[in-house]
Amino acid sequence: MSDLLTIRDLRVTFDTETGPVEAVRGVSFRLGRERLGIVGESGSGKTITGRSVLRLIRPPGRIEAAEMTFDGIDLTRISEREMRALRGPRIAMVMQDPKYSLNPVMKVGAQLTEGLRLRDRLGAAEARRKAIEALEAVQIRDPERVMEAYPHELSGGMGQRVMIAMMLIPNPDLLIADEPTSALDVTVQAEVLSILDGLVRDRGMGLIFISHDLRLVARFCDRVLVMYKGRIVEEVAAGELTRAKHPYTQGLLNCLPRIGGSRAPLPGLDRDADWARA
Amino acid sequence: MSVSDTSFRDSRLAFALRQGGGIVLSLAATLLGLLLVTFFIGRVVPIDPVLAVVGERATQAQYDAVREALGLDQPLWKQFGIYVWDALHGDFGQSIRTREPVVDEIRRYFPATLELATLATIFGVIVGVPAGVIAATRPGSLIDQIVRIVGLMGYSMPVFWLGLMGLLLFYGILGWVGGPGQLDAGYQMLMEFELTRHTGMILLDTALNGRWDMFANALSHIVLPAGILGYTSMAYISRMTRSFMMNELGQEYITTARVKGMPEWRVIWVHALKNVMVPLITVVALSYAYLLEGSVLTETIFAWPGLGSYITDALFAADMPAVLGGTVVVGVVFIGLNMLSDILYRLVDPRAK
Repeated sequence: MSDLLTIRDLRVTFDTETGPVEAVRGVSFRLGRERLGIVGESGSGKTITGRSVLRLIRPPGRIEAAEMTFDGIDLTRISEREMRALRGPRIAMVMQDPKYSLNPVMKVGAQLTEGLRLRDRLGAAEARRKAIEALEAVQIRDPERVMEAYPHELSGGMGQRVMIAMMLIPNPDLLIADEPTSALDVTVQAEVLSILDGLVRDRGMGLIFISHDLRLVARFCDRVLVMYKGRIVEEVAAGELTRAKHPYTQGLLNCLPRIGGSRAPLPGLDRDADWARA
Repeated sequence: MSVSDTSFRDSRLAFALRQGGGIVLSLAATLLGLLLVTFFIGRVVPIDPVLAVVGERATQAQYDAVREALGLDQPLWKQFGIYVWDALHGDFGQSIRTREPVVDEIRRYFPATLELATLATIFGVIVGVPAGVIAATRPGSLIDQIVRIVGLMGYSMPVFWLGLMGLLLFYGILGWVGGPGQLDAGYQMLMEFELTRHTGMILLDTALNGRWDMFANALSHIVLPAGILGYTSMAYISRMTRSFMMNELGQEYITTARVKGMPEWRVIWVHALKNVMVPLITVVALSYAYLLEGSVLTETIFAWPGLGSYITDALFAADMPAVLGGTVVVGVVFIGLNMLSDILYRLVDPRAK
């Protein structure tokens, strides 16, 4: 299987008033048409890694990499215009909270169809038909009404399904899901995840699933990268999670309660400054 | 679904009605407060309204007759009732200087201010909004600095100074524009006889009469005062647009639009600007209202026969009915624009419904 995405020695630096801060420090991984999980706590650099692939780091952030290739295209070399042609139809991203990631003053329908109309030059009726299909694919029951709704009129679960529908309309090769269920109620998390899972599987796209929840990621992914302070500290196959060697990974596993498990206080997460070193 | 759908709509209608009722009620209360304030100002100023009418050498009988005619022998609450009643019927009494009903005079003066303020605001929006947006998309760049400095000058330089310098340069030295007044003196005479005043606004009236020569002359006169007022309005609008835009560009839905591969012009001028419009409506409405109050200094320097000049002249002549009538009109305009921006705000922001 040829690689969809190759990243070697990715560094993202933010120049702040107190000097440069490296949010991502030498991350390397390869991705085929598979599901890769990236796990870490807040500030570990997982979101920045995801957004670097889309080259959507706002200044003063800088992206540097020895190699960043998507399907044979050198992402570090291409112009912004060429990059824009990749965003959407080839690489897409689902973000954390639909409350913020959908435009509050545009109807859902307008947000779903704008790519089809602008990029694919479809007529209004055709674009609308495709958008409704996309909403049906994420199991929204009354898509006609949702098309006419504004984002604030949708529940979180609905909003996130709209977001997924919107990102999957152009059928991208790679989807980056950045904490796609963290802002949702626990009861709808599973539903949204299974919809996402089904679509990604059916369409055979590559998935980068970013989360702080190691067990969740392990359920949906083939491989898991564990990040700590901007570096990858361990890579494990999802099935072999229990055999993870790195103490940080074990810490992430043990800091979650289990139903029926022991009621002893949960252990805190160990953070050893040494793990952050090369 | 149909059941939930209709109830959904019904509750929405009820909500809109309730909100509309609330707006009308608060409007009425504000208006009453405004009339109360002007009424009491009229009573506390040390000017005897009767004396102002009859003159110093009137007999006591004449004095009393006028006092009765003005209703000043009535108890205060009754006077206020009469005042409100009259005001609601568009009667603000007679001007002491001209013996004409104040409302007729305001009707003559206000269109000149309306025309000036509208042109200035249009200029302020057309230049200020794009300038603010462009500055926000390139923070720290040369163009941002230029917008910042031009804006800073716009609201720190006194408008009377700008007006005088403008007249000196563009009228006195370069001769590009007309001088003070709405028209050249020759046209001013013609206007009295040959122009049907449909609206009282000089540009509209000359155009409606098909007098394009007069229109061109009027344009050359209005362009400088409107430009100077527009500049101050633009300075404010561009600064506010910039800061609103900066805020919107940091929002997550902007990233979403970029992830979808939307071109940058669309991200900024459609996705972000639609959200910027929401707070910007209030800013523009307030700046418009501010100009509509009659820019006293500008109108004085440019001999512009507007509300600002009217109220100032009335004040110097101690013509209280005219001053208070003008004040009420200004207040009503302010309240009206506030309400308008409230309504527009609801139209632009679906969350505010």
